[in-house]
Amino acid sequence: MTMRVAVTVNGTEYARDVEPRLLLIHFIRDELGLTGSHWGCDTSNCGSCVVWLDGKPVKSCTVLAAMADGHAVRTVEGLERDGQLDPVQRGFIECHGLQCGFCTPGMMMTARWLLDHNPDPDEAEIREAISGQICRCTGYENIVRAVRWAAGQARADGAPGDGPA
Amino acid sequence: MQVPSHVEYQRATSVEHALSLLGRPDTRVLAGGHSLIPMMKLRLAQPEVLVDINGLAELAFIRLDGDQLRIGALARHADLLSSAVAGEYFPIFHDAERVVADPIVRLWGTVGGSLCQADPSEDLSAVFAAARATAVIRGLGGERMVPVREFHRGPYETVIGPGELLAEVRVPVRPGTGSAYEKVARRVGDWSVAAAGAVLQLAGKRDRPVIASAGIGLTAVGAERFVAAEAEDFLRGRVAGAESFAAAGAIAAEHCHPAADQRGPEDYKRHLVAELTARALRRAAACVSLDA
Repeated sequence: MTMRVAVTVNGTEYARDVEPRLLLIHFIRDELGLTGSHWGCDTSNCGSCVVWLDGKPVKSCTVLAAMADGHAVRTVEGLERDGQLDPVQRGFIECHGLQCGFCTPGMMMTARWLLDHNPDPDEAEIREAISGQICRCTGYENIVRAVRWAAGQARADGAPGDGPA
Repeated sequence: MQVPSHVEYQRATSVEHALSLLGRPDTRVLAGGHSLIPMMKLRLAQPEVLVDINGLAELAFIRLDGDQLRIGALARHADLLSSAVAGEYFPIFHDAERVVADPIVRLWGTVGGSLCQADPSEDLSAVFAAARATAVIRGLGGERMVPVREFHRGPYETVIGPGELLAEVRVPVRPGTGSAYEKVARRVGDWSVAAAGAVLQLAGKRDRPVIASAGIGLTAVGAERFVAAEAEDFLRGRVAGAESFAAAGAIAAEHCHPAADQRGPEDYKRHLVAELTARALRRAAACVSLDA
């Protein structure tokens, strides 16, 4: 029993015949081969699997691929534009915002969304935004610095973040 | 790897379409999915059919209509948290929505989904019970109104029958009303160890405020219908103040039925109920400005 699921991911349309019970994270990783999004706790706690669905972050282990049929998804692969890393990605490099890197794709997708809605968040706002995601390496300190760096960089560049996918 | 069992997926294009699909046996409404899908992954829920109502924009609203605040079942937690009109009339909604799940989950989880999940530890059931809200349930034969205090039949069970859908929740707006919600949880995103919500209507003068009506909701502590009815009765007609609020908290703690679990022993939870009830009542009263 399969159904046709057509999803626009990072601007490219994909269609696959999948079971209705297939979770979005597995659709993205296994059907489309976009393995930047990580499959973590499987219980909607850790946030490693966060992608955007219609411009809003979602824990993709807790959404069916079927629910995304006809909708737009943006993954960590879609942060980079025209060969240029997003300021959030550069912030994670500059501020050592990761060690093992497992939580990083989800953290960056949430950070990009935060900055699109609040271009100059303070530390408390950043910690609140990522409070549904878990990092076991950094103690969050460098992640907060990375997001602050990205906010400062966007101001320096005079360029707001990319809009919703 | 957690995989739901086989299921058929249907996407509703209108409320009427959803209702016609919901008449089949073993059918579940799929809204935000952030309770149902985890339960399906654990095989605690194994519906035959899912009816996805996420496209039903007519159920996603929050608005003041006369003397009622009307909240569509498909309003997301984040919508309620950011709703100025909800916050103006019922600060309790903003208090509670700040501590429901986490910010990402709040973008997707729905108000109606929380009520229909009927989890004993879910926050909005106590909030709506405290506010004496009414659930509007749609069926193919029309709609019926059920007080939220009569909406739950027990853990994970509501009065919604086959072929029915929770469409909205209506909260009566009364003058001189203040409200607040107080929750203790172990960490962001966790269920309450205990929580208490208060909706107070005050009358009289500023130096002697009298309680015209009190609604007290309790979360995760085995309170019947999610309310502290004995404490509500105690408060009605009394002078609002720290003394009566502390006494109401003690009564609420005495009459609930918390279970010892990994979140704490029974006596600790009763202690929390007493303290959180008194705090919520104090903050609710502070919202109200009476004439001097």
